Amino acid sequence: MTELTKLTLAEARDKLRAGDVTSVELTETFLKAIDEADALNAFVHKTPEIALERAKAADVRIAQGDAPDMCGLPIGIKDLFCTKGVASQAASGILEGFTPEYESTVSQKLEDSGAVMLGKLNMDEFAMGSSNETSVYGNAINPWRRGNDDAALTPGGSSGGSAAAVAADLCLAATGTDTGGSIRQPAAFTGITGIKPTYGRCSRWGVVAFASSLDQAGPMTKDVRDAAIMLEAMCGHDEKDSTSVDLPVPNFEAMLTGDIRGKKIGIPKEYRMDGMPAEIEKLWSDGTEMLKAAGAEIVDISLPHTKYALPAYYVIAPAEASSNLARYDGVRFGHRATLAAGDGITEMYEKTRAEGFGHEVQRRVMVGTYVLSAGFYDAYYNRARRVRTLIKQDFESVFAQGIDAILTPATPSAAFGLGEMTDADPIQMYLNDVFTVTVNLAGLPGVSVPTGLDSQGLPLGLQLIGRPWEEGDLLNTAYALEQAAGFVAKPGKWW
Amino acid sequence: MSIDESTAAKVAKLARIKVEEDALPALAQEFNAVLGFIEQLNEVDVDGVEPMVSVTPMRLKRREDVVTDGDQQEKILSNAPDAREGFFAVPKVVE
Repeated sequence: MTELTKLTLAEARDKLRAGDVTSVELTETFLKAIDEADALNAFVHKTPEIALERAKAADVRIAQGDAPDMCGLPIGIKDLFCTKGVASQAASGILEGFTPEYESTVSQKLEDSGAVMLGKLNMDEFAMGSSNETSVYGNAINPWRRGNDDAALTPGGSSGGSAAAVAADLCLAATGTDTGGSIRQPAAFTGITGIKPTYGRCSRWGVVAFASSLDQAGPMTKDVRDAAIMLEAMCGHDEKDSTSVDLPVPNFEAMLTGDIRGKKIGIPKEYRMDGMPAEIEKLWSDGTEMLKAAGAEIVDISLPHTKYALPAYYVIAPAEASSNLARYDGVRFGHRATLAAGDGITEMYEKTRAEGFGHEVQRRVMVGTYVLSAGFYDAYYNRARRVRTLIKQDFESVFAQGIDAILTPATPSAAFGLGEMTDADPIQMYLNDVFTVTVNLAGLPGVSVPTGLDSQGLPLGLQLIGRPWEEGDLLNTAYALEQAAGFVAKPGKWW
Repeated sequence: MSIDESTAAKVAKLARIKVEEDALPALAQEFNAVLGFIEQLNEVDVDGVEPMVSVTPMRLKRREDVVTDGDQQEKILSNAPDAREGFFAVPKVVE
């Protein structure tokens, strides 16, 4: 039965439809796998009753023959998504005990399509982090290890629990969110596939907001086909999010032909960073050769403002976060500090936020407050927004030259050890997102695909960046890369 | 631009986050690390460049200006740390 957990979404869908297995059997198998994997700290709120109830309903739907692709498939939901009647804390102490009375649009769409929620997944607090070390639940652990070394590694962040759960076969797939790389970096660190769609593809309604102009939800899956299947179920226009686009949602899976002959793939010279590890360099050139061998035309391109993406991000994202997180004041939901005699409302706000927010969140809220404060707004915030315009124009001009997709490394290194970055200054941690953050600033779709292992046996991924709204074409290029790379490695089970 | 302890204290106050006196030097240092990183943006020529407002060049979708929701006081108050008589309760604001 354990083999059931190793299925892809597509394989499980086909088995369900063929009557080889029921959703209840599948769900029970995963619930058992989850209970055996507490050492990974991936699932932080388990929902076995909801899962079995939905699995039973899915089996009825499948028997009736009208089941959508996701029907009966057990998945995990990142804790950032509000789920009705189920704790939704964004991994923060300030949302301790918060149980939404509503369901996020994305998780509702998945539920409507018959997907089975197994529980909520660990993450960095308010999605602020690249290692899952800022979570109030404690670290999520990467199922991968360096050779025979049993040191615990990060699954990446912020969607670290989602990445660990999918890589360890605790669910068929999971939702993630990506503000600066939070789907693609953890996917690369755990040898799975993750796509951040174009800004506006998925509704943000009911997803706890971090930086609203950058946040997007997306699927984290075992392969590209699964990403296509799950993305289709997640996206679409939503009246409750005016930034969600009113465009038809294509059948992404049907676009996976693997034929990329004549496609123009751009290789941006600015992504060849000083001090880039030789292994990442090789991974990248190998990936380039694979796409070339598949018939694509390789073109050297320039994205001149790349260097300024991270600093612009670290103005814009904290600025938006400081505004979004103003709502956590101890009045309407979540934690409220115990007050001393004579404390007024200001003391209540200040103590509540000092107790409820972790260190990294406090720092980002304060940096955001500073860059938006009188006298600095133009120098920092408006300048960063101007640089963002230039970063987007860089991409627009290469797409205007006929480039179909851009190939880059997904991360500057393989997964690092938990605690290894504790003493580094915050900028060292921020550099994890150096290849991914440009894509959020430009609102483009980006997908991370595992294509190799480093010398210590850890997975490495490449990123493909596509034109806006052309996720189908992007996924097809990713599919061709996946087929050429033939990445099949899995972490050995130690948990 | 270097941030001193009194600026750090002012920012903490604006952000409504209580920071103890003895934590201010470390906080100011962290701010300076982040702001030093951000300073790079000054190298970019942004003359005549519009600040980005929306990353997707489209008009936001409008909807009918009608009531779509409401009448759920109990649900709204269900997560409040202190709700009384149908209201959110907070410490006394006006003397």
